[in-house]
Amino acid sequence: MTATVTVSVVSERPAALAGMPRLPWPWAAAGLGALVICCAVGVLVGPVHIGVGAVVQALIGGQVDPGQANILWSLRFPRVVLGVLVGGTLAVSGAAYQGVFRNPLADPYLLGAAAGANLGATLAIAFAPGTSILGVNIIPLAAFVGAGAAVAGAYALGRSVTGLRSATGLILAGVAIAAFFNSIQSYVQQTQTASIRQVYSWILGRLVTAGWDDVLLILPYVILSAAAIFVHRRLLDALTLGEDEVTSLGIPVRRVRLIVVVAATLGTAAVVAVAGTIAFVGIIVPHAIRLLIGRSYRVVIPLSMLFGAAFLVLADAGARTVVAPAELPIGVITAFLGAPFFIAVMRSTRAAAL
Amino acid sequence: MSDVVLAGVSVAYDGAPVVCDLDLSVASGEWLALIGPNGAGKTTILRAIARLVPFRGAISIGSRAVTELSSREVARQVAVLVQEPQMPVGMTVSQYVLLGRAPHLGYLGKESARDRGIVRDVVRRLSMEELASRPLDRLSGGERQRAAIARALAQQAPVLLIDEPTSSLDVGRQQSVLELIDQLRREQELTVIAAMHELTLAGQYADRLALLVDGRLAAVGPAAEVLTERAITEHYRAQVRVIQMNGSGTAVVPVRS
Repeated sequence: MTATVTVSVVSERPAALAGMPRLPWPWAAAGLGALVICCAVGVLVGPVHIGVGAVVQALIGGQVDPGQANILWSLRFPRVVLGVLVGGTLAVSGAAYQGVFRNPLADPYLLGAAAGANLGATLAIAFAPGTSILGVNIIPLAAFVGAGAAVAGAYALGRSVTGLRSATGLILAGVAIAAFFNSIQSYVQQTQTASIRQVYSWILGRLVTAGWDDVLLILPYVILSAAAIFVHRRLLDALTLGEDEVTSLGIPVRRVRLIVVVAATLGTAAVVAVAGTIAFVGIIVPHAIRLLIGRSYRVVIPLSMLFGAAFLVLADAGARTVVAPAELPIGVITAFLGAPFFIAVMRSTRAAAL
Repeated sequence: MSDVVLAGVSVAYDGAPVVCDLDLSVASGEWLALIGPNGAGKTTILRAIARLVPFRGAISIGSRAVTELSSREVARQVAVLVQEPQMPVGMTVSQYVLLGRAPHLGYLGKESARDRGIVRDVVRRLSMEELASRPLDRLSGGERQRAAIARALAQQAPVLLIDEPTSSLDVGRQQSVLELIDQLRREQELTVIAAMHELTLAGQYADRLALLVDGRLAAVGPAAEVLTERAITEHYRAQVRVIQMNGSGTAVVPVRS
């Protein structure tokens, strides 16, 4: 009797179905671990030697040498935090763009954000150096406005040409706008030779900060953008179906696309404004996750945040040390480290298709 | 309950009429096959019923006009199996079938234990447990078709619209897919409207056939009435013999003169 009851209870209990999408916790833990390690490296690396003990003391409010405390709190901590925000945002925005446009080569700069930011920053550096508006340096403001204007222009152009029926029209509009903005930027750069070096260094990207101003400046946009993309991760999976199929599932395709693109653009414009146009992070990080871990956006979005942040903090530590006491532009490091790693990942996984 | 009625339905793409003033009614639980030469408007009619394309006239499902329903409500009434479903690379069968639950979820698409249970039942019903964690790009043609049917079933809509369910399958798999659809139709009392190429199979599985020519209804009724040598020669410009097979339907056989 008892045995019968036990058996029936066991058989009635539904077994979980294999293959359901979920975030693999070991990988999430690995991403968190990588982020912590990279942040530790970023804090410890620098011209002045500061030990682990001093860093821990500074973090928990203990006794620290005032000079070291000053370096940590006004230089290294804000720089590492900025790296986390920039890296995580670029990787997540890249993943989001790839999902919305169903294009593996889409990156956060696809709709002209980089070209717009470069133009804005170049104009500010060339014609109004050292100006600030309401206490904020004009260069990030001009870059932010430029990035927003370029993407809005691409959107308006794509809409007027194809009515947004196809993503291709929007992508082509982005290409056209980027080319146009780049040509103006090149013209200004060539005619204002005094500032050419500063412009060039801005374009290649860097995480130079003095204090927490830049972090606080972009924090609201970064949080808003990441949160909006994160909650749409399941819908990004649905968007991988054909147009008719997604629509016939009752999913408001256009609204989802618009919200995700606006969110990704907002985050990208914010980080580009303070860090310049750092290349490759938005393509390499999401694709490495797809190839190594999984293609569902339930996996790609959260892990892109963690690994993108870790990768950029590490790249910045490299940028500060390779030619110390000078600094390399961080874009040089992201491409130099990222490209071989990406090739290795592609070779080691039998990638059916990207 | 879930009968589908089209009254005076017209559809035009960029001004060119594709479906003209069509009247058609499909009873609840019936299987209607849409037949007709290429470009006759079969797919367009299916798209209009699922409200994927704007139309003039009236289409109602279970006596409610589709134009009065939200797209989510339409998706709860009508499941669509397109001719060539996109099979996203790397997506598992389970995850793919789970997408069928979309019209029952909130805006952000968060599924509950109940939705996962429905997916599990559907996968089991179609004997696909072994394939549940396999990526779609590693399925055979027949397995893909079954996965697409599973996704449509997970939608739990009383009306199933199917565009060419058997294109690119061999004759054995054509039969097994159609048998499966017919079984599910009887078990779950589904109304099936299917655009079908294979006239003999259409006659064997559907209750009625609707022959479309240039967006207009040329004939509608049981296979023996619609599949005539004269109609097929005229509308398909084909040389055929139509053979009545005792109790096994109407065979349409191409002949070469």
